[in-house]
Amino acid sequence: MNAAARHHRATGSRKALAAASRWSPPRWVGLLAILLLHAAGCLRPAAAEASAVVEESTAARTPFVAAIAELKEAGYGRKAEIVRRLAELRQPGTRELLSALLEGNVYYRTSDGKVFIVAPAASGYALTDPLTGKGAGTEPEAGFEKVGINNALRRVIRGALAQFDLSSPDEGVRLAAVKEMLRSFEEGADTSRATAIMTLLKAQLEKERAASVKREIETGLALAALGDSSPKKRLAAIDALASSLNQEVYNRLVALSDPGTEPDVSVRVAAARAVHRIDTWRKSYAVVEMLFFGLSLGSVLVLAATGLAITFGVMGVINMAHGELMMIGAYTAYVMQLLLPHAVGTSIVLAVPAAFVTAGLVGVLIERFVVRYLYGRPLETLLATFGVSLILQQVVRDIFTANNRPVESPSWMAGSLQINDALSITYNRLVIVLFSVVVFALLQLILRRTRLGLEVRAVAQNRAMAKAMGVRTDWVDALTFGLGAGIAGVAGVALSQLTNVGPNLGQSYIVDSFMVVVFGGVGNLWGTLIGGMSLGVINKFLEPYAGAVLGKILVLLGLILFIQRRPRGLFPQKGRAAEA
Amino acid sequence: MKRLSVVALACGLAFCAVASAADTIKVGVLHSLSGTMAISETTLKDTVLMLIDEQNKKGGLLGKKLEPVVVDPASNWPLFAEKAAELLEKDHVAVVFGCWTSVSRKSVLPVFEKDDGLLFYPVQYEGEESSKNVIYTGAAPNQQAIPAVDYLMKEVGVKRWVLAGTDYVYPRTTNKILEAYLKSKGVKDEDLMINYTPFGHSDWQSIVAQIKKFGSAGKKTAVVSTINGDANVPFYKELANQKISAEDIPVVAFSVGEEELAGLDTKPLVGHLAAWNYFMSVDTPANKAWIGKWHAFIKSDKRTFNDPMEAHVIGFNLWVKAVQKAGTVDTEKVIAALPGLETPNLTGGVAKVLPNHHITKPVYIGEVRTDGQFDVVWKSPGLVPGDAWSDYLPGSKDIEADWVTLKCGNYNTKTKVCSGQNYK
Repeated sequence: MNAAARHHRATGSRKALAAASRWSPPRWVGLLAILLLHAAGCLRPAAAEASAVVEESTAARTPFVAAIAELKEAGYGRKAEIVRRLAELRQPGTRELLSALLEGNVYYRTSDGKVFIVAPAASGYALTDPLTGKGAGTEPEAGFEKVGINNALRRVIRGALAQFDLSSPDEGVRLAAVKEMLRSFEEGADTSRATAIMTLLKAQLEKERAASVKREIETGLALAALGDSSPKKRLAAIDALASSLNQEVYNRLVALSDPGTEPDVSVRVAAARAVHRIDTWRKSYAVVEMLFFGLSLGSVLVLAATGLAITFGVMGVINMAHGELMMIGAYTAYVMQLLLPHAVGTSIVLAVPAAFVTAGLVGVLIERFVVRYLYGRPLETLLATFGVSLILQQVVRDIFTANNRPVESPSWMAGSLQINDALSITYNRLVIVLFSVVVFALLQLILRRTRLGLEVRAVAQNRAMAKAMGVRTDWVDALTFGLGAGIAGVAGVALSQLTNVGPNLGQSYIVDSFMVVVFGGVGNLWGTLIGGMSLGVINKFLEPYAGAVLGKILVLLGLILFIQRRPRGLFPQKGRAAEA
Repeated sequence: MKRLSVVALACGLAFCAVASAADTIKVGVLHSLSGTMAISETTLKDTVLMLIDEQNKKGGLLGKKLEPVVVDPASNWPLFAEKAAELLEKDHVAVVFGCWTSVSRKSVLPVFEKDDGLLFYPVQYEGEESSKNVIYTGAAPNQQAIPAVDYLMKEVGVKRWVLAGTDYVYPRTTNKILEAYLKSKGVKDEDLMINYTPFGHSDWQSIVAQIKKFGSAGKKTAVVSTINGDANVPFYKELANQKISAEDIPVVAFSVGEEELAGLDTKPLVGHLAAWNYFMSVDTPANKAWIGKWHAFIKSDKRTFNDPMEAHVIGFNLWVKAVQKAGTVDTEKVIAALPGLETPNLTGGVAKVLPNHHITKPVYIGEVRTDGQFDVVWKSPGLVPGDAWSDYLPGSKDIEADWVTLKCGNYNTKTKVCSGQNYK
């Protein structure tokens, strides 16, 4: 509104219009008069067409039509005024038009300046006439220019949309609308607009049934009452707000506890007490939040390290290509998305088994062609698998280029779960925490309950004896390696949701994975779980004090010291297998 | 038929011989074509090749054809110095267009000064440097960072500031300058949050939560981001997931341009800001024509054109003018001819070489659109001259760079001492 307004100065005739919109009594009559003059120029086709469609309410319709027609060339500040005017006129179709404008789907035809709501179609744009809500055919993209918006304008549109959403049957939508209106109220320098919002909210409170919406409106009304001239009313408002964790409430109460802004002592004391109470709550929620951040970082580490815990922990193979197997999993997610471009959610779900199979197969190949010739020679294995990792990276670079590939997140992984005003948890992290638990549980099930698991454990404990009992150890080796690789691939799908999918993806996780396995205790899956989770939590509790860079260094240093004291990690293997 | 082709072959050979005998003017291209920086630098190589191609079509320079010499320093900083020496000592190139990161520039600087070469450096950088042998066609901090902060302060009304950057020299120096600048404008310590993260950082949850908390103290807050490279993607994603929109806490970035946004999921980024001296979406006839030529040259109309690429266009045109003015490609004379020369920008205005070897530039601030392009929301009223030494840092306030009258890149106006080219 600010910069842009100055940038795109309104023309003389528009200024007249703006002045007209400030006449209060018969507002639209005045507008109409000027608009009719204006209509002589560029507005005629739009106005004529619309009046033909909605004959019965032409008088109410005309300013609406004119406002829409004007959208195309107005500056940002002028557009904000138009949006507010549209919201006041409350004509049918306004909501659709405004939400399309917010999403950047409103265009005008360069040939005649007519404004359309646009959706991409196979051949150009599918047009919808905002005046009638009816389709207007499909035309090539070239003849259209977008009606641009900026941040300030977006807020105005959201505020305007909220007024429509207030009557929505959905409780969640109403709640969001009230919040949005309160936000614009708090910013509202314009008192007449603020009173208008308050009147709307008060009216809504009377007919509102849902408790959550009611509470939000009451908070808003109490917030307004904090600015009341009578100290008694201010005190009552503080009482009403005491249980709220709302940030705005907190800021206002902090201001009220300051002698500079609040003349009345009792109000100051009450405000200070309320601030203290909110502070205590918020601190404990902050700890919960940090704990969750730690667990979510930990679950990523666990996912990345579980596969390694099998190949390194159970088989004793140092697999430097482990990170690249994750990368293959992440690229599988990308390819799935290419195959199913319109079903992002399905593609991610399908990518999990696909990545398991792809990375698992690559793992089996690595075992059959490289690793099996090098059993018992850890240094050679390390070097050979490092070579394999470089080859895999280059292969991916040649197929997909060196640039990062975008993997979209499904809608159920976007946004956050708002528990209260002080605590929210992002869905993508929540999904990944749950996912890592499921993967871990499945793996335990495979190792404990299936024949393959039995054989894997048998070979890990005593290879010669297992062979003597008729276990085909070389096949078990290949399958174990494949299992570890497959889980790395599954981890890669999860990583594709958190970080960039590129050829170097694996490298950034390989060190962390080894750290987790060594910390948790080689050969112990539970150790990997506990180790990963605790490293994650420690990291996140250090980060606010030490910063991201130093935090990582401190964790690494702590780990080195820990290994000095307990070389076999948190949960060392016991019994005969440990000596093998 | 056979005889004809033999004749043609002979002609071809003869032409080759003639061409090399008439010796061409060699132009060095020193950009990483492999490694981590390849994503950004490869297009700069293509830009220079296109410029050389264009110039040759116009008949070359001083009656000679231009010949590109392309080397690949592979995103490896010491290798930059080696390849620069190879270009200057073995190939005897007349000029070099190259480097992206500040550390690569610092690595080749001694080579250019020893061999008396000429480098055109096209990327926005942290300033605090002026070499006799380098023309800085990218933005100095006063042509990008300071105007962006001014915009947020005056037009958006920002009162609280988060300076977030990747942990290396460019963000650290830029943030030091910005911190000093903001404090000089009366911003208090408690309204300033500075945060550094490692390269490729991907776990942004707690930092974004911190920013959210910092930004909800009732004052308008903005993030000034010098976060570099692919760490930006998870950063913007996390912002969106924690429901921080550009309307609440806008992020203005200095290292995110069209090339970085190409092929990205831009939905979470819409409305965030970037400050540059060129945007592909600026609607001028020169820009349109140029992008058309670029698409024809690269044989794809999907490819983006960005700020450092425009800087190369400007740099190349300036070099051509300087050579024509000097009548020779001798670096000493070309460098002497450069200050004062002007060439039009693609987006309007002229780029003029200043005595401190920086140029004048317009400043634009754009909001990210869904298609990965920018809508310009603010434009500097005029052209901003590049300042080599920041006026806001205590150490560099009194330092001047002037290669015309003072013949010095680091002249202290108080002690009247010239300490050479670099600030120590």
